[in-house]
Amino acid sequence: MKMLGRGSVAFAALAVGVGAALAMSGAEAIKERRALMKDNGEATKPVIAMLKGAPFDLATVQKALATYENAAAKMPGLFPSDSQAGDTHALAAVWTDTADFDARFKKLGADSAAASGAIVDAATFKANIMGVLKNCQGCHETYRAKES
Amino acid sequence: MTTSRTALAVGIAILVAGVAAAAWVLSAPRPIDPETARAVSAPGDPGAGKIVFFLAGCDSCHMSPGQTDPLRLGGGRELKTPFGSFFPPNISPDRADGIGAWSAVDFANALMAGVSRDGGHLYPAFPYPSYARMSVDDVRNLFAFLKTAPPVSGRAPADRLGFPFSIRRALGFWKLLYMPAVRPVAAAPADPQDRGRYLVEGPGHCGECHTPRTFLGGPVESRRLTGAPLPDGKGKAPDITAAGLGDWSDSDIAYALSTGFTPSGDSLGGPMAAVVRNLGQVPQGDLNAITHFLKTVRPAAP
Repeated sequence: MKMLGRGSVAFAALAVGVGAALAMSGAEAIKERRALMKDNGEATKPVIAMLKGAPFDLATVQKALATYENAAAKMPGLFPSDSQAGDTHALAAVWTDTADFDARFKKLGADSAAASGAIVDAATFKANIMGVLKNCQGCHETYRAKES
Repeated sequence: MTTSRTALAVGIAILVAGVAAAAWVLSAPRPIDPETARAVSAPGDPGAGKIVFFLAGCDSCHMSPGQTDPLRLGGGRELKTPFGSFFPPNISPDRADGIGAWSAVDFANALMAGVSRDGGHLYPAFPYPSYARMSVDDVRNLFAFLKTAPPVSGRAPADRLGFPFSIRRALGFWKLLYMPAVRPVAAAPADPQDRGRYLVEGPGHCGECHTPRTFLGGPVESRRLTGAPLPDGKGKAPDITAAGLGDWSDSDIAYALSTGFTPSGDSLGGPMAAVVRNLGQVPQGDLNAITHFLKTVRPAAP
């Protein structure tokens, strides 16, 4: 009974979660994905500073990689068809080349996880970080159009 | 009465013929001068030409679609503009479909004068108003480098342009309005400030996207490099004058040019992504020169 109760609670929570995702409006999806990309940018800022000569800090790098992994897992679900228009820089290609778009996030997640394991010091940071960061450019080239 | 009417008709006919003849003469394609033609025909250095190739980013438009090798230059990627769709040609050294059978003069005519091998006007979707400022050395070195790329067979589709932009001869008038009145220089400047200007306004052709255009597609010189909508209507090329770059330091700019990463942690995208891939291949000194010059650019007073 107790087990069943816990299971029911978990199931109910899951149902609510799925329901929330299904009910997410286009405007909410845009807001959420922009927040995730903002997180990515903020996390990348100190990483770029390190590449340009600031002292290496492992915790900051690992935090950035975790941020990318989190975003990569959530992003593909944040482009419902009613989120093409609005306060977004996403291009129509997101919805026409969906398989490629989703695969790129999968790759970003996998590359971030691999780099997280590989990076332990300044030397391994230099050797592994660009492989992760190159993913940003690939997607921004094809799927984003900035207005400023 | 009849005589004076005839005289009037003859007079009008002569006037119309005169205007037509003048229009024909004014709109004529003008190839490079004989002196430049001689100079550009000297053998080029492919090693130096490789740097010119990446500074100019030839592959951004001429690379064969559906692959990632910047040196496969079979052309055919669609370039959408308000005037119609252009399909940049094959510039690989293939003798039948590319530029393998071209002379250095044919090549310089295209780059520096916007004149095709058969003597007609080229459309300025090919940024020859910028390349007209290139040095003779850079042009012949670039030509020598292109000869080392692999030949690619196949031709690009024909351009699809709306009327009246499809009238090629009319480009002669466009050139009268917008072709810069410059004499080709023998060598690119070495001084960093001058070299920066040369790279931005010549081979780098930054203004082709970052300077707004008139309804005829010519640059608005008073607002050069202040940002403009991209030709395909998707997004905007930002303001890259001192005002637009704001508090970016010199190293911020040079770093963004060669890696795409901005001080805010963003990664440059759209057509700039290809530019960044190319600029990652050029010497740091050239990136510094570009940076140095951009920080001095202020829009002309209105």
